[in-house]
Amino acid sequence: MANTINPYLPEIVTIKNVIEETPNIKSFQVVFNDPERMKTFTYEPGQVGQLSVFGVGESTFVINSPPTRMDYLQFSVMKAGEVTAALHDLYPGDQMGVRAPLGNAFPYEQMKGKKILFIGGGIGLAPLRTLILFMLDNRADYKDITIIYGSRTPPDLCYKEDLNEWEARKDVELILTVDAEYPGWKKKVGFVPTVLNEVAPSPEDTIAITCGPPIMIKFVLQNLAQLKFKDENIITTLEARMKCGIGICGRCNLGSKYICKDGPVFSLAQLKELPGAI
Amino acid sequence: MADTGFIPKEKWGAFIEGLSTKAQVYVPCLEGDTVLFRPFGKEKTLCFERPANSPPKSVIFPQSDTLFSFTFIKDPDNPQKTEVELKEHLDFPKTIVIGSRPCDAKGFTVYDRPYTETDTPDPYYKGRREKTTIVTMTCNSPSAGCFCTAVGGSPADKEGSDALITEVEKGYFIEALTEKGKEILQGPGVEDGKAYQGDATKKQEAVHSMVKNPFGPKGLGKVSPELFDNDEFWDNAVSKCVSCGACTYLCPTCYCFNITDEQTSDKGERIRTWDGCMYVHFTLEASGHNPRPTKFQRFKNRVGHKFSFYPEKYNGVIACCGCGRCIRYCPMSVDISEIVSNLQGA
Repeated sequence: MANTINPYLPEIVTIKNVIEETPNIKSFQVVFNDPERMKTFTYEPGQVGQLSVFGVGESTFVINSPPTRMDYLQFSVMKAGEVTAALHDLYPGDQMGVRAPLGNAFPYEQMKGKKILFIGGGIGLAPLRTLILFMLDNRADYKDITIIYGSRTPPDLCYKEDLNEWEARKDVELILTVDAEYPGWKKKVGFVPTVLNEVAPSPEDTIAITCGPPIMIKFVLQNLAQLKFKDENIITTLEARMKCGIGICGRCNLGSKYICKDGPVFSLAQLKELPGAI
Repeated sequence: MADTGFIPKEKWGAFIEGLSTKAQVYVPCLEGDTVLFRPFGKEKTLCFERPANSPPKSVIFPQSDTLFSFTFIKDPDNPQKTEVELKEHLDFPKTIVIGSRPCDAKGFTVYDRPYTETDTPDPYYKGRREKTTIVTMTCNSPSAGCFCTAVGGSPADKEGSDALITEVEKGYFIEALTEKGKEILQGPGVEDGKAYQGDATKKQEAVHSMVKNPFGPKGLGKVSPELFDNDEFWDNAVSKCVSCGACTYLCPTCYCFNITDEQTSDKGERIRTWDGCMYVHFTLEASGHNPRPTKFQRFKNRVGHKFSFYPEKYNGVIACCGCGRCIRYCPMSVDISEIVSNLQGA
């Protein structure tokens, strides 16, 4: 936890770099103003943070750089509401507040020795990116890594540098798709759940991790079930409107569980126990 | 030191006034037809005869509370560079609440679990709670809609209070329940209480039997999972609700909140305010997605939190104190006890 005495008090960070991922998504690479804090800060892949623009408010984003690369913390922000619009107005050198790490992490220990299937859509690649990079930095611990990733159009694909690198690697299979034909696009065309069925990965010894828009997740879960993936081998990470980030304020609950504290990472087996989750 | 005391009726006012010189004292005050907890003042009309319209939760959980303030400081050598300075607001005065009801005190214990008994305690709630003495008063008689005994409470329940006062014929019998409660016995005009213990017990037992139990002779049973997940049940149950959210604001156990920033020129504050899960905007996301888009889903969440989710998390404790305020003051006469009653399996 960021601040054990006052969990509401953000720590101040400075933006080192801003990357325009897509026309409406920017990634912010930040470092704590206190250099000591940068050394003591620990988190696990999948954990989230609250970013503050003082005077505007706070919103929750996953830390999408892995703990194996601690030069900075990266958060990706899609412009949608007031806070995200204010974040998009920030530039290198500007300060913001961070409350992190919050929530739980991907069960990466239990994934060791398994084949890993990532299925992402749009900005939903952000949490997967943390785990993908973490696994690539500990490559020997995991078997085959397959990534199915899609977006509406080619310009909407996030982390293009990473995608190029993963495509070039022999120990990663990357399958990219866009929703509709696009000038110059020579890869797959079709929605992510459809492409998943085409690829038809074996559920044998495999953990599937998915994140994307709610409608994509819904059909990906259905198709994974058809492919005979067991509920406990399907992992997703949820988001909801959050304020406190510590399981009190009442917004992000699914029954008795709070996405901000008990999540955001859940297995499908866990979600099936929760009212209104899926 | 004796743990009981007695204040004769004629010394009651002086007792409260005396305490108010040592701490900030909140008392139920009559304003028009409404009884509300307000800081004590000689000009106020105190009203202990009936439960306050609104519980004293705002004393420990203010309706609007500054979490911290922020100041932007421009670098004189580099006007493009701005530093942010944060300042917490964590100083809380010693406070005494006199005249809360047992249901109100139980409300604080419902707060205590998520706000203090976690690995990330809420320093604002915890700070105020520790600095506040809750002096509760045994109810004289139940009000319309009261059902505390059906949810594990009582008109003389001690849970969550530091002292319990019971009005007897000649005055007020005080029983200290905690160290903070014992301090109250040092207040001006407090006499030996032993002689009045019997009268107080009699009164407590008498009023206990007067509270109605809306859940029938078997009491509150298990929520039927079939009914709980039946959308039609909820749609019918809350068709008359107008989503005004009064129930959440008047509820001693409702603890949802919002956090917003307010800024003027180069400084501002991050503020926590009461919020309510009955409002459509509560869970509305910037994308337009809303996980609880309909009124019945929001109502189901509210009832579910009190009677199912909270008990699941905290050893079966029901997060409803049966104060009946949401029933008494609902403009559409929605009755949570009736809904919960209908939710029970056969």
